[in-house]
Amino acid sequence: MQTTLEPQTSFEVSDKGFYGHFGGAFIPEMLYPNVEELRQNYLKIINDPAFQAEFWQLLEDYVGRPTPLFLAKRLSEKVGATVYLKREDLCHTGAHKVNNTIGQILVAQRLGKKRIVAETGAGQHGVATATVCALMGLECIVYMGSIDMERQKPNVDRMRMLGATVVPATSGSQTLKDATNEAMRHWINNPVDTHYIIGSVVGPHPYPDMVARFQSVISEEVKKQLFAKTGRQNPDYVVACVGGGSNAAGAFFHYLNEPTVRLVAAEAAGQGVSSGHSAATTALGKPGVLHGSRTILMQTEDGQVIEPYSISAGLDYPGIGPLHAHLFDSGRGDFYAITDDEALQAGFQLSKLEGIIPALESAHALAALEKMNLKPDDVVVVCLSGRGDKDLSTYAKHL
Amino acid sequence: MYVWASARAKTHYGLKPVHTFMTLTQNRITDLFSQKSERLLNVYFTAGFPQLNDTMTILRGLQAAGVDLVEIGMPYSDPVADGETIQQSNGKALDNGMSLKALFDQLEGCRQEQSGDPVTVPILLMGYINPVLQYGVEAFCKKCQEVGVDGVILPDLPLDLYLADYAPTFREYGILNVNLITPQTTESRIRHIDEESDGFIYMVSSASITGSTKGISDSMRAYFERIQAMNLRNPRLIGFGINNHDTFDTACEYANGAIVGSAFIRHLEEKGTSAESILEFVHTIRA
Repeated sequence: MQTTLEPQTSFEVSDKGFYGHFGGAFIPEMLYPNVEELRQNYLKIINDPAFQAEFWQLLEDYVGRPTPLFLAKRLSEKVGATVYLKREDLCHTGAHKVNNTIGQILVAQRLGKKRIVAETGAGQHGVATATVCALMGLECIVYMGSIDMERQKPNVDRMRMLGATVVPATSGSQTLKDATNEAMRHWINNPVDTHYIIGSVVGPHPYPDMVARFQSVISEEVKKQLFAKTGRQNPDYVVACVGGGSNAAGAFFHYLNEPTVRLVAAEAAGQGVSSGHSAATTALGKPGVLHGSRTILMQTEDGQVIEPYSISAGLDYPGIGPLHAHLFDSGRGDFYAITDDEALQAGFQLSKLEGIIPALESAHALAALEKMNLKPDDVVVVCLSGRGDKDLSTYAKHL
Repeated sequence: MYVWASARAKTHYGLKPVHTFMTLTQNRITDLFSQKSERLLNVYFTAGFPQLNDTMTILRGLQAAGVDLVEIGMPYSDPVADGETIQQSNGKALDNGMSLKALFDQLEGCRQEQSGDPVTVPILLMGYINPVLQYGVEAFCKKCQEVGVDGVILPDLPLDLYLADYAPTFREYGILNVNLITPQTTESRIRHIDEESDGFIYMVSSASITGSTKGISDSMRAYFERIQAMNLRNPRLIGFGINNHDTFDTACEYANGAIVGSAFIRHLEEKGTSAESILEFVHTIRA
């Protein structure tokens, strides 16, 4: 049998679900049949023309795609390069998350599942999941850390209004990582009729690949839009924030094999990389296994998972998707650690310069622009993954 | 670039089959099953719970009470296959300062005569793969061999990845890797797991995490019968939801024995770690 520890250079997922050294399906036997069912069927389902037709129709009529690619002139002047914003903040529900939940609910229907379980941190993925469950009439259970439920009350209300049952995750540190553990336990207890909609490019194979494919609509549109606007095939840089990394995976997807395009990932440094209150996974982590995949992980010397911190609830995850771990390890991606303060300032700056209030997550990507040593003729695409409505109370504290 | 242990795994794959085979035949777990095939009792406890230094007390207490195998939990921050009871015991053990290194230190010398009360019962370590990876797979196996651990149960290390990356190392040090099957595991996969397993097969009693108290249903019995009829080459122990005399008895009708975990953790919490308390628990299960 081929070892998974051999070097591998491609950025596409291997048969066994690896990107380089990272990925795989490190799952207990209780989850094997569910994950195997998905692995055997996901490409067949996704590539079916009827599925494609329904998926694209929903993205257009329900999500509001294609989202604009906006030339941010005043921001461009400020950073000294040409900056385009991919406006995922204009998606229905306010962020890119819905691209994935639309895709996965259609997969779940075709697998004959009756119930959806999901995890959520800030509540954006929970809302996007509750939304598509309402749309399709499927039962929806969302696990959310009990601390996050207090911090993100409006999103809890939105999920409940959409008909979802929100279950507090009271184990461990009571945040996203524990909500994910609880969602996995729920799936173990309900293996036959339930589909687990993971919200990012994390989890056991085939989730990272499946979620990346659904989010790849972002770079598919950018390619066409950038060409139409500039006549250029490719930008010099694509910039996105990375918690688990789903908007980044979508924004990078069609550029992975275009070596002239630098892929830039902005991680949350929290109060500073060395402050002990950070979520800068590549700066602080080591290879390890979490939530079903081998990836880079913030952990103690003894291999216990460290609870991350960021001002942005969507970025405080102790790992990153295995694709991103491979981008980091292979040098294909540039990773920047952005502090809370830098993100806040970038959020205020975009609001004032362009009239767009970004989500705090997306503000991390904007803050990376200041660190990239951009040249005047550089063309940069920033994935503006979500809007800042949910973060107003945080912004307001720093006005 | 991170450094990976691929070269070593490859070098040893298939190169030392004779040595490997000989090591495995000397294992206390395989010895046990060659001598006894009915009503085996395997009891789980979490290392470092209720107190950091309770490990040897509980281990000796279980041996004195006559259990057949002992499964020591290596606590982990994110035990996804475990229910509330074992999760909480893991959290408490970590708060107490338990680590793999501390556990090996506690077990050091426990097999030796000069310790006065040598531990002879087969020992399995149960836990999740990440702490083992951080310790180093080879260092882990070597240390297991040194302190007298006979096997491991790592639920989130699936068989294919074990075989691809780690089997040669485990075999070199004579450490058995026990695999799980569930009611949803297909027949062909069970055959494959049986082929690649040494020691015994861990039958998860139902689609659930640990700590269920629902009893044994008809559909569970049907699953037990189905597996019994497969005539697997490995012995089988049933675990998850085995929490009293009745469930233990039922499990023993269909398998070589059973595994009790959460119920023992709850007992330790309520009745303490004394030899009498442990004996009382084991008596209740076996009656």
